[in-house]
Amino acid sequence: MAIELKMPALSPTMEEGTLAKWLVKEGDIVKSGDILAEIETDKATMEFEAVDEGVITSISVPEGTDGVKVGTVIALISSDDEAAAPAKTVAAQAVAPTPAPEVIVEVAPIAPRAEPVSADGAAMQSVTLREALRDAMAEEMRRDDRVFVMGEEVAEYQGAYKVTQGLLDEFGARRVIDTPITEYGFAGIGTGAAMGGLRPVIEFMTFNFAMQAIDHIINSAAKTNYMSGGQMRCPIVFRGPNGAAARVGAQHSQNYAPWYASVPGLIVIAPYDAADAKGLLKAAIRCEDPVVFLENELLYGRTFEVPAGDDHVLPIGKARIMREGTDVTIVSYSIGVGLSLEAADKLAEEGISAEVIDLRTIRPLDTQTVLASLAKTNRLVVAEEGWPVCSVGSEILAVCMEQGFDDLDAPVLRITNEDVPMPYAANLEKATLINADKIVAGVRKSFGR
Amino acid sequence: MATSPAKKSTSKKASVSEDAARANRERPTEPTPYKATKEELLKFYREMLLIRRFEEKAGQLYGLGLIGGFCHLYIGQEAVAIGLQSALTPGKDSVITGYRDHGHMLAYGIDPNLIMAELTGRAAGISQGKGGSMHMFSTEHKFYGGHGIVGAQVSLGAGLAFGHKYSNDGGVCLAYFGDGASNQGQVYESFNMAELWKLPIIFVIENNQYAMGTSVNRASSEDQLYRRGESFRIPGIQVDGMDVLAVRGAAEVALDWVRSGKGPVLLEMKTYRYRGHSMSDPAKYRSRDEVQSVRENSDPIEGCKAYLAELGVGDDELKVIEKEIRTIVNGAADFAETSPEPDLSELYTDVLVEQY
Repeated sequence: MAIELKMPALSPTMEEGTLAKWLVKEGDIVKSGDILAEIETDKATMEFEAVDEGVITSISVPEGTDGVKVGTVIALISSDDEAAAPAKTVAAQAVAPTPAPEVIVEVAPIAPRAEPVSADGAAMQSVTLREALRDAMAEEMRRDDRVFVMGEEVAEYQGAYKVTQGLLDEFGARRVIDTPITEYGFAGIGTGAAMGGLRPVIEFMTFNFAMQAIDHIINSAAKTNYMSGGQMRCPIVFRGPNGAAARVGAQHSQNYAPWYASVPGLIVIAPYDAADAKGLLKAAIRCEDPVVFLENELLYGRTFEVPAGDDHVLPIGKARIMREGTDVTIVSYSIGVGLSLEAADKLAEEGISAEVIDLRTIRPLDTQTVLASLAKTNRLVVAEEGWPVCSVGSEILAVCMEQGFDDLDAPVLRITNEDVPMPYAANLEKATLINADKIVAGVRKSFGR
Repeated sequence: MATSPAKKSTSKKASVSEDAARANRERPTEPTPYKATKEELLKFYREMLLIRRFEEKAGQLYGLGLIGGFCHLYIGQEAVAIGLQSALTPGKDSVITGYRDHGHMLAYGIDPNLIMAELTGRAAGISQGKGGSMHMFSTEHKFYGGHGIVGAQVSLGAGLAFGHKYSNDGGVCLAYFGDGASNQGQVYESFNMAELWKLPIIFVIENNQYAMGTSVNRASSEDQLYRRGESFRIPGIQVDGMDVLAVRGAAEVALDWVRSGKGPVLLEMKTYRYRGHSMSDPAKYRSRDEVQSVRENSDPIEGCKAYLAELGVGDDELKVIEKEIRTIVNGAADFAETSPEPDLSELYTDVLVEQY
């Protein structure tokens, strides 16, 4: 009986991948440990290894195929034990066990991109969020020698999530610096370097690990300008993925936006799409103030249209109306924006016209845009991938009560994750996380439906 | 220790050879007391006396309610800041310290009026009254504070040193911290990276024997703090921090080491604070006799006086200096008492640099 070889999941967030290359052909005899194929995930190129011995009887997905879903049968192996009756299904293993985000990275050349032209005439290009962030850093490093990147695995490994890919090659070890796993220490070193006049970009492999360093972010970086009567500048960017990834459990799935947004002296940015990510990261690096720049791992691989060229810099502190509407306002940020847009599509089918606002900057908050939208729609919900208590949603709710009370036809509602540490089990995790249906339900509630 | 070369080496033997390797590792030369000229010694005396009298005055103003919150006095430790900072190159090297920072600022010749006015929370203070005793800075002097979280200045100092190296400006960072801070985790994270990257930094442990009320022996498994860098290959030197010439001598050795690109060095300054940890500390954890004994036998200012006597400087000359210092300190106190508090309109200034 043949064994089915299935497209393996090679990272916690992988849903599909590219079958880059077959290293075996039909008829080959393979044994356990042989490398069968190379598979490209959004983060890395991984080798795909045989677990069982046998003969490759058929290859069903040819090399070069993009978008092969995890679990798709890609080949069959005839088992040595042909007598074994039931079909055996085996997902082959990756060579290395792959706890997030330790993946083997191969540097891919930066592919030339097509440059279509947007409606307003600016040349646009399709770029993943990951590439947009990398381009932002590279452009600012070309522009200003004081800018450097420091963090765990940012240099030789090319970034745990490949965000710093290629920077070491272009800028060298002086400006792209691998650190030991010592968040408190290197956050302090970065902050001190900023105080001394440099412009560090400090990458946290995830913001979960930045809790080890939060003292420097808040006590050293955010407060010193004030404490010194304006003498001590700290132009630093702390960046990295924030919020829930997938199936990584409670300690690796948390949204810190409300934590940092509560601190005067910090700028907090949490972009959704690649154009905003690029334009705002460039602005953050040029900014004289300390910036916490919250990315989202699940968005890294998504492709968006981004203005071409190296002068795409956006203003900090300005929200963006992602979709205009007249009946209800959905305020969100980061990954919640995509879910809100999805919800708005569903609501349109029910005859509800939803306006979707991406806050983009969490501190300082663009309350004007939010209140102007509320004045138009008279209903507002906040969609946030995070806990409900003392959330960004709580803050928006307070702003609407204090400054938009007369415009409200219904209470402002918070649509968030459940108020529990992130569970691991797939069903429980799914039940915990915000999604488009939950946002739709929240909006219906706002209408008393 | 003799070992048979034919025998396969065990891990135990490997560690013995490691010890041997460490013994053979290059170390800074043993410091010798600095040979100061009469003028230099007079300058040291004057500066230490300024710190002493300034701090005594600050203690008085605190008692009068003019200084609030935490106020950590440097009395007894004056030789450390003066001995070390006198060896630095102004405008090139940087200094960072913790919350016991008045002395380090005075050692840089920063106007005592501005420091005292900060202590009283006045607009004329060096941080415009917004920082207070623990948060004072002078970027003009490359003095980077003034930090209130125990140990934070060690990582920040490593960052300043990183900047010196990155910019190739030839500067060295002097990062002070106490025996208490020497137990903080981030200190060792910083040691590791500083040595790994050969950063130009002198780590200075001002071991004044007590972390608030806890003696070094009660808090530190390795109480010889100069050894604390050994596992990171950072050489350490223990120095008599009550002797300004010993301190300056050690500073010369440390600066030579660091400036020649050999990476960081650790100086343990054995010193003593005469007052409590802060103004609100009754210091019940030690006897009056202990304090008195240090005052009588190893006071840094009295020691400096003795060196001056050897050079033929008499009491009359010193009395003139004493009088000048008192005038400066009284003037600073008057200034700090009479200058206005910050305008309320300053409440929201300097939270951020830019407008958004």
